[in-house]
Amino acid sequence: MTDTQNLTLVQAVRDGLHSELRADDDVVVMGQDVGKNGGVFRATEGLYDEFGGDRVIDTPLAESGIIGTAVGMAAMGMRPVPEIQFSGFMYPGFDQIVSHMSRFRTRSRGRFTLPMTLRAPYGGGIRAPEHHSESKEAFYAHEAGLKVVVPSTPYEAKGLLAASIRDPDPVIFLEPKLIYRAFREQVPEEPYTVPIGEAATRREGDDVAVFTYGAMTRPTLEAAETLGEEGIECEVVDLRTVSPLDREAIVEAFEKTGRAVVVHEAPKTGGLAGEITAILQEEALLYQEAPIGRVTGFDVPYPLYALEDYYLPSAARIEEGILKAVEF
Amino acid sequence: MLTKILPNSSEFVQKRPILSPSDGQFLIAKPLFLSILNYLRKRYYPGAGRIGHAKVGSTVSVFDRAYDDTVRVLDEDGEVVGDVPDLDDESLVEMYRHMRLARHFDGRAVSLQRQGRMGTYPPLSGQEGAQIGSAYALDDDDWMVPSYREHGAALVHGLPLKQTLLYWMGHEDGNNAPPDVNVFPVAVPIASQVPHATGAAWASKLRGEDDAFVCYFGDGATSEGDFHEGVNFAGVFDTPTVFFCNNNQWAISVPRERQTRSATLAQKAEAYGIDGVQVDGMDPLAVYSVTAAALEKARDPDADRPRPTLIEAVQYRFGAHTTADDPTVYRDDDEVERWKRKDPIDRLESYLRAEGLLDDERVAEVESSVEAQVADAIDAAESMARPDPRELFEHAYAELPPELERQYEEFAALRDERGDAAFLED
Repeated sequence: MTDTQNLTLVQAVRDGLHSELRADDDVVVMGQDVGKNGGVFRATEGLYDEFGGDRVIDTPLAESGIIGTAVGMAAMGMRPVPEIQFSGFMYPGFDQIVSHMSRFRTRSRGRFTLPMTLRAPYGGGIRAPEHHSESKEAFYAHEAGLKVVVPSTPYEAKGLLAASIRDPDPVIFLEPKLIYRAFREQVPEEPYTVPIGEAATRREGDDVAVFTYGAMTRPTLEAAETLGEEGIECEVVDLRTVSPLDREAIVEAFEKTGRAVVVHEAPKTGGLAGEITAILQEEALLYQEAPIGRVTGFDVPYPLYALEDYYLPSAARIEEGILKAVEF
Repeated sequence: MLTKILPNSSEFVQKRPILSPSDGQFLIAKPLFLSILNYLRKRYYPGAGRIGHAKVGSTVSVFDRAYDDTVRVLDEDGEVVGDVPDLDDESLVEMYRHMRLARHFDGRAVSLQRQGRMGTYPPLSGQEGAQIGSAYALDDDDWMVPSYREHGAALVHGLPLKQTLLYWMGHEDGNNAPPDVNVFPVAVPIASQVPHATGAAWASKLRGEDDAFVCYFGDGATSEGDFHEGVNFAGVFDTPTVFFCNNNQWAISVPRERQTRSATLAQKAEAYGIDGVQVDGMDPLAVYSVTAAALEKARDPDADRPRPTLIEAVQYRFGAHTTADDPTVYRDDDEVERWKRKDPIDRLESYLRAEGLLDDERVAEVESSVEAQVADAIDAAESMARPDPRELFEHAYAELPPELERQYEEFAALRDERGDAAFLED
């Protein structure tokens, strides 16, 4: 029996960074305020004191610089874990992400690989200032050569982060900050990995498959419980990795139910829900019994917080979307 | 060599007689080797006509100083150590009042956040001298391109306090300044507004207008690509832009030394061929003078002088970066106390008292008037109802695309059916 600690998601991220820093001298954590301050969400708390300023590095305020220098380090075989303080500030480094981070392996025919993990808190719901709440995972899922991981529980945050850091390819690791401290879970003290590219079934049901990830997993499960009381049984699948998608798990859940709804807080147009719908069309058309529903953020700029509760998919909107699919 | 060669250090701001090479150019209080270097540069590059940035034969101005030769008018005790700008008594007292207003507003805003009546808020205490001093130098027609901490500067330029409160209370309306107030929307992503300020000023120049633009940003912003690209464009296209760097020493927990190995931020102007000057950002009169001179140069170009200027206003934020961080984790109390002794409000107050423009009674009047003004603004902001969800869609496009109309209609129907409470977290 391994020892465990009762951790929040952000504590589990910190614990995952700690384990990997201890296990591998090539791992470095870098970014703004990750050192002495311990990260604006405390995701790197205590790491600077334990590992020193050469491995837990406060950088100048320059996202392109952070990501671009991490590319250089990774090309030399290190395993940098750059943090961008909020995903809304990744865009100055977007050029580095899409022109280099995703392409180095291909361009050098495998001579250079980039075993780096770019972490960023993402998503809404915490009454944060402008540009602190968006969900832009589709940008990165659209970019070939990257893996995009979104944990939704403390246990998986630690295991997926370890898998990402050890992965030979670059990973964008998006942390749903709405649930950074929403609940605790027993997390093993020992290092472990949770595989990238595998979805997890959170709830079993025969009537409709509901696909989601990140912070939306909780309101989706809430809606599923409410509907369960009315005799509608939802199979809730947490994707955990949005690129590459676990096609097998997605198709399997759909074939079981014949109906599907996708829930994400990112805007609808060009979002992951469209991709999942297309996969089901390609692979399981003859199982389909109803239009595939999408419950998502609206196609508008993410609002300041006075309006964000209306923007984010609530359990009510999720229930409504599921009912539509079931009652078709 | 980055250090500019100086004429007489007291010669700044106020337009002084032209110094000829014989009477002033070499009267420098800088180390001897700089004089020699300067002499050689002049001798071997006579056509350039420049010594550092000092154009031979031009008005000797605030821009002809070494980058680390900080412009000051008032010392820490409010004693006059430089040329007091030509402001009438009423303006000086009004400037003081605005600084008190900004400080009081700041305290109330932090307290509102603590009480859950406002979201995350970035405090400005300690930075009133830079904000109010610089904003006073703007004409009404000039434009202000702020970052996210310039509540005091925006207030002076006409943005009602209610707008600032609404923005930080999560209302989009906060960014909707009255049409006659030339203030850009708040820019949160660091340095992202710098190219905007260059472009806006460029537009003014292309149209033959004579407005000037001041762009605010912090020390951390000088590490971002947008800063360098924006300032470079300003140099290349000679735009009427004043880049005003509020160097408050800390980018959240990262100290100024971790942003750049450069000795000053002002010297970054050198690389782009524009003027750079360092000013005591906690000395409102020095800030006013330097900004006024930079705006004048931006507006009324001397063909031989770059229109853009980079001003580094050296100052300190007394509080946290925002209400979301705890500065005691990353900086020493001693340091904070040291900077608090330079408090810009105390300095101006001492000066105005010495000049007979303020006494206890007038200070008390100022205090009660700013308290009332802030209280009224808070009442007005808090009386705003939660916006209707239609507001989510209203300004996304000039004309709402049918798909967005459909998304709204679907949501509105569900809201009618379920009631507001089904959607609100509170």
